[in-house]
Amino acid sequence: MTGAAAYRTVAPSLTRAGSPAEAGTDARRRAAALDGEAPAAYLNPYVAGVGLGLVLLAAFVVMGRGLGASGAFTSMVAAGVEAVAPEHARANGMFGHYLAAGPLWTDWLAWEILGVAAGGLLSALLAGRFRSAVERGPRVTDRARLLYAFGGGAVMGVGAKLARGCTSGQALTGGALLSAGSWLFIAGAFAAGYAAAPLFRRQWL
Amino acid sequence: MRAPLYEWGFFGDGASLLVALAVGVAFGWFLERGGMGNARKLAAQFYFRDLTVFKVLFTAVVTAMLGVFWLTRLGLLEPSLLYVPPTWVVPQLLGGLVFGVGFVMGGLCPGTSCVAISSGRRDGLAVLGGMLFGILLFGEAFPVLEGLYSATPVGTLTLPEVLRLPYEATVLLVTAMAVAGFVLAERLERGRGGPVGPGPDTPQGGT
Repeated sequence: MTGAAAYRTVAPSLTRAGSPAEAGTDARRRAAALDGEAPAAYLNPYVAGVGLGLVLLAAFVVMGRGLGASGAFTSMVAAGVEAVAPEHARANGMFGHYLAAGPLWTDWLAWEILGVAAGGLLSALLAGRFRSAVERGPRVTDRARLLYAFGGGAVMGVGAKLARGCTSGQALTGGALLSAGSWLFIAGAFAAGYAAAPLFRRQWL
Repeated sequence: MRAPLYEWGFFGDGASLLVALAVGVAFGWFLERGGMGNARKLAAQFYFRDLTVFKVLFTAVVTAMLGVFWLTRLGLLEPSLLYVPPTWVVPQLLGGLVFGVGFVMGGLCPGTSCVAISSGRRDGLAVLGGMLFGILLFGEAFPVLEGLYSATPVGTLTLPEVLRLPYEATVLLVTAMAVAGFVLAERLERGRGGPVGPGPDTPQGGT
């Protein structure tokens, strides 16, 4: 892998973002990325964090509510179950609750998550970071990674339902509003992530 | 007129869906900008290689928290109209633990899986598929799980109440802890090969 060293040199570092000299470098990188040479470096994490925080604050100010993701997916699953077995879905304590809120196209979080995908696409395209790939460590196959991804997604789905939210609805939104349950969720998620990490080391490193 | 604008009937339900779309676009934009659509980058968090998840998450939490604090203080925001997620102690702690295992196994969370998908990453699609399956499983098992799901409800409970601290002091404490965490994160990352970039290489392999 001869490209590895070259990519590492364009990997983002903390000190880079924002300085005028670097702005020129970024523009050049972006041009190079559009030529298919190399993707632009990621934004400084603290700058990205402030941006996300301001988006969340805007949601509070305009709507009185925060962000979410797993809630939108629950509405989609509920709508799917309803399409297959309407009575069964409406009788179910969880799906019924989501269905009672109205049809899927009137769901606030469903529109928001549609926007998330669109915003991610726009950002990736403009930075030359759109790439058809499977992100994984060097020691596993794409197939193994996709199986882990599906399994991890399923476990996460169960966890998010039990906790009544995920990284968006609990960690970001509830965290900023100082909800005690949200901070319990954050503590649990980080603790379990670190505790389980050795089991999945092969997949990533 | 004080925020939140929607609560005052400033605009209707139809417009609120357009707001949702716009908020989502901005949310997805900053997630992708920060590299949060890259599972390798997110997972590196749990091996102390790249603490971007921690930095982005807590910078965002502190920014929004301080924003709510100051807008309230300036009389521009009515905090009682904000929806604060209520607390169920056991299911939220347990749910967090389960979620954390799924996070390091799948490498993406629900929101970031959307960004991974729309930036071309096929593993994002697998995470999303798994998540829909997990939600379906949970829903179908809901009659059995309902007891656990509804256990230990305490209503709206906030950190100032738990810690018996004034709101201002709690805001200060959370900010100070986040900053201390950032300093620690920078130290931990040093000498570990640098953060994971957007390229197709697999840095920090081996060891």
